[in-house]
Amino acid sequence: MALKARHKRLLLIAVGLALLSGAVALIFNAFSSNMVFFYTPTQVHKGEVPHDTSFRIGGLVLKDSFKRGDDGLTVHFVVTDTAQTVPVVYKGILPDLFKEGKGVVAQGKVGADGVFTASEVLAKHDENYMPPEAAEALKRAQEQGKTVVMPPSK
Amino acid sequence: MIPEIGHFSLILALLVAVLLGTLPIVGAARGNEVWMGLAKPLARTQFLLIAFTFVCLAYSFASMDYSVAYVAKNSNSKLPIQFRIAAVWGGHEGSLLLWALILSIWTLAVSIFSKHIPDDTRARILGVMGLISVGFLLFMLAVSNPFERLIPAAVDGSDLNPLLQDPGMIFHPPMLYMGYVGFSVAFAFSIAALIGGQLDAAWARWSRPWTTLAWVFLTLGIMAGSNWAYYELGWGGWWFWDAVENASFMPWLVGTALIHSLAVTEKRGSFKAWTVLLAICAFSLSLLGTFLVRSGVLTSVHAFATDPRRGIFILAFLVVVIGGSLALFAWRATSVGRGGKFDVVSRESFLLANNVLLAVAALSVLLGTLYPLFVDALGLGKISVGPPYFNAVFAPLMAPAIFLMGIGPIAQWKEASLPELSTRLRWAFAISVMTAIALPLWLGNLTPWIGFGLFLGFWVLASTVILLKQRLAINPSSSLIARLKANSRSWWGMVIAHLGVAVFIFGVTIVKGYESETAVKMFPGDVTHLAGFDFKFNGVSGHQGPNYRANRGEFVVSKNGEVRTVLTSEKRLYTVTNMPMSEAGISPAFIHDLYASLGEPLENGAWSVRLYHKPMVEWIWFGCLMMGFGGLLALTDKRYRIKKRSKSVNSQLSEVAI
Repeated sequence: MALKARHKRLLLIAVGLALLSGAVALIFNAFSSNMVFFYTPTQVHKGEVPHDTSFRIGGLVLKDSFKRGDDGLTVHFVVTDTAQTVPVVYKGILPDLFKEGKGVVAQGKVGADGVFTASEVLAKHDENYMPPEAAEALKRAQEQGKTVVMPPSK
Repeated sequence: MIPEIGHFSLILALLVAVLLGTLPIVGAARGNEVWMGLAKPLARTQFLLIAFTFVCLAYSFASMDYSVAYVAKNSNSKLPIQFRIAAVWGGHEGSLLLWALILSIWTLAVSIFSKHIPDDTRARILGVMGLISVGFLLFMLAVSNPFERLIPAAVDGSDLNPLLQDPGMIFHPPMLYMGYVGFSVAFAFSIAALIGGQLDAAWARWSRPWTTLAWVFLTLGIMAGSNWAYYELGWGGWWFWDAVENASFMPWLVGTALIHSLAVTEKRGSFKAWTVLLAICAFSLSLLGTFLVRSGVLTSVHAFATDPRRGIFILAFLVVVIGGSLALFAWRATSVGRGGKFDVVSRESFLLANNVLLAVAALSVLLGTLYPLFVDALGLGKISVGPPYFNAVFAPLMAPAIFLMGIGPIAQWKEASLPELSTRLRWAFAISVMTAIALPLWLGNLTPWIGFGLFLGFWVLASTVILLKQRLAINPSSSLIARLKANSRSWWGMVIAHLGVAVFIFGVTIVKGYESETAVKMFPGDVTHLAGFDFKFNGVSGHQGPNYRANRGEFVVSKNGEVRTVLTSEKRLYTVTNMPMSEAGISPAFIHDLYASLGEPLENGAWSVRLYHKPMVEWIWFGCLMMGFGGLLALTDKRYRIKKRSKSVNSQLSEVAI
């Protein structure tokens, strides 16, 4: 039996609304579960960071902190916001503009030993350009008025 | 002197644009034919002035005039000439000038190819384009003057960003802008129609070829950018869901919806209000994209603080254009009238569903791109949403859209029957499912994603074959050639563009499912095995480029002892900016790409290197080329050629409307 035109239209609208709300739910769910938050090395030190999800840290690569493993691919370096430092380990090839003393952003998780295991290291393509996150970390450290402590270089 | 002449010419262009944006529109409202008639000569004058301005800036670059701040910032005496010219659009000010130039080219084109459009409509269209031009020219003259002098002049320029020193820089931005700005034509047509209260099939037929052409440019521009990122960044990726890419992808999604909805408006008279709304959105997103990329807001939302006038001008301009046109839409859209009725199951509803899916997809990209900026601007911290978000959203939204793409062209207008459609398409469905399972099993790796991706690709392919069979079965007594010719070029364009989508899906699915990559430390003479190939590293040698020094590494790739290709990849150091850059070595082919990129130098001549085997990755760009070609073919359709008959019909229509 064929539906009446009015019923058909109502059905269409109902199905359309249901699908649309499904799509919106999908988008917001994907959005909230894939948001990556940013923390400064100071916040990492205070333990304000999540332990099971990955997040981003930013700051400067501490001078003379860069060490390369025997396999040539595992690298160790220290990220600082000039107030606190976080040791980072990363296995892979670093971006072209990665340099000691320059800005860097890393994404990954922090372990129980306090070492940040990076899954991704970002440094953007401009020699004078500071990644926004790194600049933010330095700014926040300055605003908190902490004495700038650069650990002695080895 | 030349920069001052250019500056002066830019001021004159603004004056002409102001006249173009006012007199013809007022003339159309009052029925003053002289004022309406001014639109054409004003559009031409504007083009000449902006083109002259552009030549002045290009001359300043070519002649290395480092007393111009913009030239000093974006080029260098050692920069090769082709990049010195392309550097005109290498920064903020120059890309705005390119934008204004391209807008004046589209305006000129509309003024030439609009003989069949009634005078008042043409006057309104050119007037709206003139108003947009006023916004851009005013912005440049007020806060982004490319001719600003540097006193004292620089001895040499600080060079173009090395990342941009690539042939991609010569083609990609102009193509992309031709697409962005091209949507201004559809926008102007819509605004003109809203003002004049004339939205009919003739209106849709006039705006369709312009919209299709803009869409073709945008498609090819995005394709060129994706391909450029693939070989330039050295990471083997072709799409990063970067904010800059998203900025171009949003207008593309809405533009794709628009060209389909215009087809319905022309053929069936339905979707009028929706089409107008899409035209407004497509251009608004193009504007937003231009400013997102070119205002520095992505680098830091606080970049506005260094020159707040720019930020405020941009926001004000966006509010006026987007808010104004949406307000006009809300006010006038009710007068547009309803189009032809259609059933729940009909080609119209399939196209409508696809339109909504594309629009929702564009919204999801907008959310992912803008939300982090808002959070940052409000001082609530820094967040980022990367590829995982976009991948999680995009596959579920696009899959039903692509499924419907197979059904839509076969379904009848107005009222189709589901049982009949399923009878027609059941073989296409069965074959797609079977191939999508059998092929990965044969290739040795079946995952749900690979199977699903291949199914969608084969589904588009198989349903297009059914469509072709159905069309060619009409009039079986005539020859095959005659039956092929019986279908219009725009129909063939649609078929080719849809097949392009299938090719694109195959490329994406296969490269995601079967690519291999490795990052290793290699000494000269070392061999690394990857995907059945042996990559032998022959070490690096030094080379001197025009403005860089390079370490050039050589990789000999062989399979079963037989040499297949030699890849050379470079690690460059651009001496002026002291910036390192990678140039990947790629051997592109139909079946797969072999890809090698140098990482960092290690001890004793060893390097860290990245090696990739990318099956069918070239299909991604070839699919885009097919979509672009389909669009171009549709443009050559007979019915867009100016005919005397349609002219008389149109003038009758306009008389009725008056």
